[in-house]
Amino acid sequence: MSKSKTIVRPYGDTTGDGMVQMSFTLPLAHDKRAEGAALLLAKQMGMDPAMVVHAKAMGPHFTFFVVYGSVQHFVDTRDVVVVERDYALLSPKEVNAAIKKGLRRPLVVVGACIGTDAHTVGIDAILNIKGFAGEKGLEYYSEITVVNLGAQVSVPDLVEQAWHHKADAVLVSQVVTQKDAHLHNTREMSAAFREAFPAARRPLLVVGGPRFDELMTTELGVDRIFGKGTTPGEVASYLVSALVPSSSTRKKAS
Amino acid sequence: MSRTAYTGSDPRRMLDLDPVTIRKARSLARKAGAPVVSMAKRHTTVSVERAVLRLAGLEGADVEGIPWVNRLVDVVRDEVGLEHGVALPVWDAILRTGDDLTTVAQKAAAGSVTFRVPEGRDSVRAGKAARARVAQGIRRIDASRRTRDNLIAKYGDPPAPWIYLIVATGDIYEDIPQAQAAAREGADVIAVIRSTGQSLLDYVPEGPTREGYAGTYATQANFALMRAALDETSAELGRYVRLTNYASGLCMPEIASLAGLERLDMMLNDSMYGILFRDINPVRTFVDQRFSRQIHARAGIIINTGEDNYLTTADAVDAAHTVTVSQLLNEYFAKEAGLEDWQLGLGHAFEITPEIPDSFRLELAHAMLARALFPDAPLKWMPPTKHMTGDVFRGYLLDGFFNLAGALTGQGILLVGMMTEAVVTPWISDRDLALQNVRYVFNAAGNLREDFRPSPDGFIAQRARQVLAEAVDLLDDIVDDTLLVAIADGTFGLMKRPADAGRGLEGVVRKTDGYLNPATDLLEEGATR
Repeated sequence: MSKSKTIVRPYGDTTGDGMVQMSFTLPLAHDKRAEGAALLLAKQMGMDPAMVVHAKAMGPHFTFFVVYGSVQHFVDTRDVVVVERDYALLSPKEVNAAIKKGLRRPLVVVGACIGTDAHTVGIDAILNIKGFAGEKGLEYYSEITVVNLGAQVSVPDLVEQAWHHKADAVLVSQVVTQKDAHLHNTREMSAAFREAFPAARRPLLVVGGPRFDELMTTELGVDRIFGKGTTPGEVASYLVSALVPSSSTRKKAS
Repeated sequence: MSRTAYTGSDPRRMLDLDPVTIRKARSLARKAGAPVVSMAKRHTTVSVERAVLRLAGLEGADVEGIPWVNRLVDVVRDEVGLEHGVALPVWDAILRTGDDLTTVAQKAAAGSVTFRVPEGRDSVRAGKAARARVAQGIRRIDASRRTRDNLIAKYGDPPAPWIYLIVATGDIYEDIPQAQAAAREGADVIAVIRSTGQSLLDYVPEGPTREGYAGTYATQANFALMRAALDETSAELGRYVRLTNYASGLCMPEIASLAGLERLDMMLNDSMYGILFRDINPVRTFVDQRFSRQIHARAGIIINTGEDNYLTTADAVDAAHTVTVSQLLNEYFAKEAGLEDWQLGLGHAFEITPEIPDSFRLELAHAMLARALFPDAPLKWMPPTKHMTGDVFRGYLLDGFFNLAGALTGQGILLVGMMTEAVVTPWISDRDLALQNVRYVFNAAGNLREDFRPSPDGFIAQRARQVLAEAVDLLDDIVDDTLLVAIADGTFGLMKRPADAGRGLEGVVRKTDGYLNPATDLLEEGATR
């Protein structure tokens, strides 16, 4: 990769060929007209030339297509906006030491899957000792006290537990995304915390899940969003930077 | 029964499993389960009592949507308690007032009827009247079973494995065409996924529903609509398409009863799932479990147990023996409730981390062990979910290996894996591609089982024996500790669930002398009147 290159197009086997693959279904019986429709759709999407490489009838009313083609579009990487990691990655040892020195008490994390979401995979990957991607979960950190409330926790329960345990941070995982449930639940949760806690005492609100947009913190009223593939070490490091005085200049958002 | 003279293709022989160890595992499961069964027999729950009323024909709900069975049980409980069961006070009131069951329920809700626990001759008369009414419901379940038997005799059963596909739109009227389409595409079993929150509702919603959440509510009306639609499709296709739902959560006795009445064919029904994954009180669960399984036994329903879930939270290699232990416990509890081997869709899953060496051989070892331990049970084999990453191409390959393991080890019920698992609820094309995957594997390698003979001292057989040995050790510990303590300590799925906590505990009641439950009596006697 050249360091100065900012204009990119998809790469098939030749630089700049713009090749992409795409599959979709049209609600049409499989015939020549259906294949023509698939081609037309691909062209409207900017694929030119496009090739329908596979078309298969799925029952009498639907046809499945695989289309390859070259797209006319390109991307200027200078236009891309992402959340860059704005905290230092620390080892578990460094995390523990920072909390001990800066907080002089264990950092309390309350975690849950809220709403009707029963998928604890995400929160467990971050909290359980077992961990994720070869990193141990937050329970492994001697200076972090973890209260994992598990699945299908109601927002009022979560607020109450956070209050009861004097949580420094609340971690919420949302896997089910049907009808944007993850967004509704998160908004409900952050609103409830704002109502229940004075701004200065509100725990840090962190949500994670595979379908979140990490840029939506303000819209969802949370302090941080973690997307797919986040490891426990990243979360622990972030918590230290956000919550432990003197470890960072970054202050808790309010 | 197991003899040492296994035939050549018997997985017990291929894995060189010691019959003594297998017997020991079963006897430990019995020892671990027996105290739980006697505890279950000493208690009833609000949901068991509501199921009695449902079997007696009490349907419908008040203007707020609260079912009459809930209203009536709540009033009876407030006035005289449930220690004697709901039947005696209710039929005593029916006999005293001359009203029918529905009217008594409505009057109870309005506070215009009072209940008492009848004594002497009154008690005998109330008991008889209750039994006569509940027996009508039991006979309807029997009739549903006969209808199913007749349809299967007419159309024939599909060859194993049965292809199991899921619909989950949230709207029963959307589910129906999807289910019919899935059956036409080759599904032998249609499962209607339930709305996510339903397991924690302490009532069964009423009527046809169009507003589900990641699934469709299990209601009597939805059951009836879907069964009728699949009957139509069965006739069109000339093969009986089975319907599956969930008898789990706080209302499992009632949902099991509705399933029996409306001729559902399979029900997800695990002895411990609610405890571990929904934080439902262990006592509540075991009491509700026993009743629901007695209904399933009577209705000829195949249960699907939930061992696959353990492997989504615990590591599939480290926790392999907990699956075996749970299968043995599920088998014990099922048989105690009257279920037969052919009704035991014991669960397991293809969830070993694909990156570890020999992961496929390990999967084969675990799948063969289950086949070997439960030779006459259909076994429900679940596809990978935990390691489906969003890379749909890799996921498709993983599903192919899952199908191959299923073919090689003779799994009975094959839940079709979707390459878009963890990405979207399945699209029409995902289902079509997934079925092509299944068909290719079974067409290409379906009979490979005849040639597949893992060496008794090879990796697969050794691993199977190791898992069985670990299962026996764990069962030993459970027997020492008691099952309730083991559950409290996080033995299964790493979840800690003490017996005096969890949802639904307030709905558990200890029976007193003179407790009457005509449904349990009819089920345990095998009687029809």
